[in-house]
Amino acid sequence: MTGRVAGKVAFVTGAARGQGRSHAIRLAQEGADIVAVDIEGQIDSVPYAMSTPEDMAQTVKEIEALDRRIVATKADVRDFGAVKAAVDEGVAQLGRLDIVSANAGIFSFGTLADLAEQAWQDMIDVNLTGVWHAVKAAIPHLKAAHGGSIILTSSTAGLMAMENIGHYVAAKHGVVGLMRTLALELAPDMIRVNSVHPTSVNTDMIQNAATYALFAPDLPEAERTKETLGGRFQVMNALPIPWVEPVDISNAVLWLASDEARYVTGVTLPIDAGQLTK
Amino acid sequence: MTGRVAGKVAFITGAARGQGRSHAIRLAQEGADIIAVDLCGQVGSVPYPMSTPDDLAETVKEVEALDRRIIATQADVRDVGALRAAVDDGVAQLGRLDIVSANAGISSVGPAADLPEQTWRDMIDINLTGVWHTAKVAIPHLIAGGRGGAIVLTSSAAGLMAYPNVAHYVSAKHGVVGLMRTLALELAPHSIRVNSIHPTQVDTAMIMNEPTWKLFSPDIEHPTIEDFTPVSQAMNALPIPWVEPVDISNALLWLASDEARYVTGVALPVDAGAVIK
Repeated sequence: MTGRVAGKVAFVTGAARGQGRSHAIRLAQEGADIVAVDIEGQIDSVPYAMSTPEDMAQTVKEIEALDRRIVATKADVRDFGAVKAAVDEGVAQLGRLDIVSANAGIFSFGTLADLAEQAWQDMIDVNLTGVWHAVKAAIPHLKAAHGGSIILTSSTAGLMAMENIGHYVAAKHGVVGLMRTLALELAPDMIRVNSVHPTSVNTDMIQNAATYALFAPDLPEAERTKETLGGRFQVMNALPIPWVEPVDISNAVLWLASDEARYVTGVTLPIDAGQLTK
Repeated sequence: MTGRVAGKVAFITGAARGQGRSHAIRLAQEGADIIAVDLCGQVGSVPYPMSTPDDLAETVKEVEALDRRIIATQADVRDVGALRAAVDDGVAQLGRLDIVSANAGISSVGPAADLPEQTWRDMIDINLTGVWHTAKVAIPHLIAGGRGGAIVLTSSAAGLMAYPNVAHYVSAKHGVVGLMRTLALELAPHSIRVNSIHPTQVDTAMIMNEPTWKLFSPDIEHPTIEDFTPVSQAMNALPIPWVEPVDISNALLWLASDEARYVTGVALPVDAGAVIK
C-alpha cells in the first residue's frame, strides 16, 4: 500500500459531513484507516441543522469505496466516556492509532452582552472541552504507538476577534492554548500537536439562512443567496475568493499528519486566504 | 510527468548547498525545473567557509540526475542587477516561473553592543535586502504568467523570538516576516501567495562549525559537536538536536504546491517546538 499516511489509523471527530468527512476521505485516499465519531443530532442553541445518521452512513460508504476500513460511532464530544469508548473500540478493531483530527464544532451567534447562558455553555463544551476530550481519549493509544500527530481545528477566530461570536472566539482561542500546552507535554513522546485555522469554509456550517442573516442583515431574506453572500465573505480575505473548500483544510491536516512534518509541533497554521494578514 | 509541482519552474537562491540544494532536489523530485543562484564565494564577516562553484556544480548534477532541467548562475543577492539577469535568463530558457524560494542567508555572531558595523551591514544586506531583491526580480515573471504563484521566504525561529548574541540575525529574520506579510497583501490580487518558513537549527554547514558551536557554548574554548548536541536539543521541545534540510524542503514543497492554494501570509515554523518552548 502506498500513500503519505499509508498504514496509519486516524481518529476524526465530527466526521459525518463537512470538513470532518473531507478529512476522513483525504486521509483514506493516502492510505489511512479511520475511527470516526459524530453527534448525529441537534443542539438546541445551534441555529442550523446539524448532522444525521444518514450523513455518517455516507462517510462510511465513501471510505469503504476507497478500500479503507472505518469504525464509525455515534458519540457526543461533550461526553468523555462515550468518546473514550469509541476510540478504544476503534483501536481494538483497527490495531493502532497515529493521527487525531479534533474537528467537531458548532457555530451560533450573539453579542456577548446578550448571549444566552446556554449558547455560551454549549459553545465552550463542544468547541473547547470537546477538543480536549478527543485528545485525552487518544493520548494513551498514541503513546502506545510511540509517537503521532494531533491536529486541532481552530479558526481564524482563534487568532483574531470577530464581533457577534465572542463565545466562538473565546473557545477557538482556548484551542490555541490547549494546543501549545499539549505540544509541550507530549513532545517527549514524539507526539506532535498543531492547530489549523481556516477562514470561511464552504460547508453547511456557513451556508445556511442563519449565517447569511448575520452577514447580510440589510438584505431581504429572498436576496440572501450564496452568490450575493460571496461578496460579503470575500472582503474578509486577501486572496480574491469568498471561501475555501473542505479539501483545502484536509490537505493541511494531511501534511501535518504525515511524516513530511515529522518535526513540526506547536504551530498555528492558517488556511485563510490571507484573512489574518489583511 | 507526475509530481506535486509537475511542470512548474522554481527560482531558488543559495542553491549551491545546504537547505537551498535540498530545496532544488525536493522540488525537482516532484517535477519542477530549477533556476538556481548562489554567491559561490566568501563574505568577510562570515566566520565559516561559504559555498563554492564546485558546490553549485554538484547541485546541477543532482537535479539533472532526476531528469529535470536547471539553469544555475553565480550571483550575489545583494546585487539586484545580477539577480535580475539570472532570473530573466532562467525564465527565458525554462519558459515560465511559478515558485520562488528566497533561501540565501548567512550567520555570524557577536553581542549587539560590540558588533562591527560591517558585520551588521552584511547581515541586513543578505538576509533581509537580499530576500526583497529575490522577490522583486521574480514578481514581474509571476504576474506575467497569469497563473498566480508561490513565494516562500526563509526566515528562522529567530524571526519570531530573540536569541542573545545574534541581534543582527534576529533583526533581519524578523524583518523578513514584515516583508512576507506586506508582499502577501500586495500580491494577493494576482493570486500570488507569500509565506515564510521558520526553522530551528538545521544540520548544514551554516551551523556545523566551531564559531557557531561557540555561540551555544560560550564557556568552552573549543566546543565540539558533542558539546553542541545537548545544548541544541535543550532548545527544542521534541527530543531531537536539529532537523534535516529535507524537513524544511518538505514544508517548502507543501507551501509551493496547489495543496496550499489558499495559504498566504503565514509564518510556518519547522522548529521541533522551539518557539513554544
